[in-house]
Amino acid sequence: MATKPKLYYFNGRGRMETIRWLLATAGVEFEEAEYLETRDQYEKLLKDGALLFQQVPMVEIDEMKLVQTRAILNYIAGKHNLYGKDMKERALIDMYVEGTMDLNEMIMCYPFSSPEEKEKNFALMIQRATNRYFPVYEKVLKDHGQDFLVGNQLSRADVQVLESILMIEEYEPTALSEFPLLQAFKARISNLPTIKKFLQPGSQRRTEPDDRIVETVNKVLQL
Amino acid sequence: MAGKPKLHYTKGRGKMESIRWLLAAAGVEFEEEFVEAKEDLEKLRKDGALLFQQVPMVEIDGMKMVQTRAILSYIAGKHNLYGKDLRERALIDMYVEGTTDLMGMIMALPFQPPEAKEKNFALIIERATTRYFPVYEKVLKDHGQQFLVGNQFSWADVHLLEAILMAEECKPDILSPFPQLQAFKGRISNIPTIKKFLQPGSQRKPPADDKFIAQVKKIFNI
Repeated sequence: MATKPKLYYFNGRGRMETIRWLLATAGVEFEEAEYLETRDQYEKLLKDGALLFQQVPMVEIDEMKLVQTRAILNYIAGKHNLYGKDMKERALIDMYVEGTMDLNEMIMCYPFSSPEEKEKNFALMIQRATNRYFPVYEKVLKDHGQDFLVGNQLSRADVQVLESILMIEEYEPTALSEFPLLQAFKARISNLPTIKKFLQPGSQRRTEPDDRIVETVNKVLQL
Repeated sequence: MAGKPKLHYTKGRGKMESIRWLLAAAGVEFEEEFVEAKEDLEKLRKDGALLFQQVPMVEIDGMKMVQTRAILSYIAGKHNLYGKDLRERALIDMYVEGTTDLMGMIMALPFQPPEAKEKNFALIIERATTRYFPVYEKVLKDHGQQFLVGNQFSWADVHLLEAILMAEECKPDILSPFPQLQAFKGRISNIPTIKKFLQPGSQRKPPADDKFIAQVKKIFNI
């Protein structure tokens, strides 16, 4: 019998959060190893040879120590039927999630901005969300009129777009005001039982980044 | 009958080069339309050809695909270069993400401020020789096979060769601590489709020069 996947990361969202979302959506129970809080813990992981490229995220799953966010997400999605039914659906899903991952990169890096750059980075992040990414997903939903982004069934694309929407809304609550279909999409996907559970207090979802996590990451990774 | 894939990008390596490598390795003939001025990019955007307003874009099998990884995954899957099962895929994905990170550093170098260049160059060499190449050296040593994954040619092999050659352009003797990688480089370079791509006159692009960097900065407003 397979043991639960075990996640190695900081006590924050960062690059691991999308992985938590996907596991939760698939109804897979997972554990978090001791959260990385000190340089010593990180150096121990390095010395143990647990991190292929000396980096986290790392997920122990099915007897593999998987690293690289996309490799981990691809594996989970493929294993749990969240990656479309053929190559063409995969291609669409891949395009859509790469868009969300570019947006998430901006969201993730924003708290690490230098004081001079913060305002500019915030504005660009919101602008990209509302001018580059959200219009694409709105149009996809409009054009096919289906409940899910790809192939009329739940996929990682739906999960990842929902995740991005919620994170942007934390910074700009009116971000979806021009996107009625995304508003309906948000409600619909949030109500799927496994996702609804993940969105409740007490779940393994991590909270918004704060100064403390920025400090911890900088310290552990010596950035 | 499907037409040849058509690549839309600048006339340089950038993010499109890995796609050129993979198509070439798979023996797929492709066409290119070059973005040479800002107006070319604007036209593509205005025509609605770029899903997220960005290149690379590849017209392939009736789709206008964007996002480098999406395109590479599609090509790899279509041409049997993505392993035989989910576990092999996971290995290939991990290895390719490593070489992507390394090549990303090399690609970014010409666009960095002059003060940072020396430090970043040193970091590239350090990462190549202490973080990335040792991993692939060990993979090959541990299983003793010709290819990185599953005892058959895959996207991971193509991508690693590309990364090795790019790193050697930075430091010609960079592979000297890595005998397995030296042999790997010789072996993979000799695969007929790859050998052809490595010859002058192929669609492989040269490293960026100052003139090209200036052009790219203008086109993309960076």
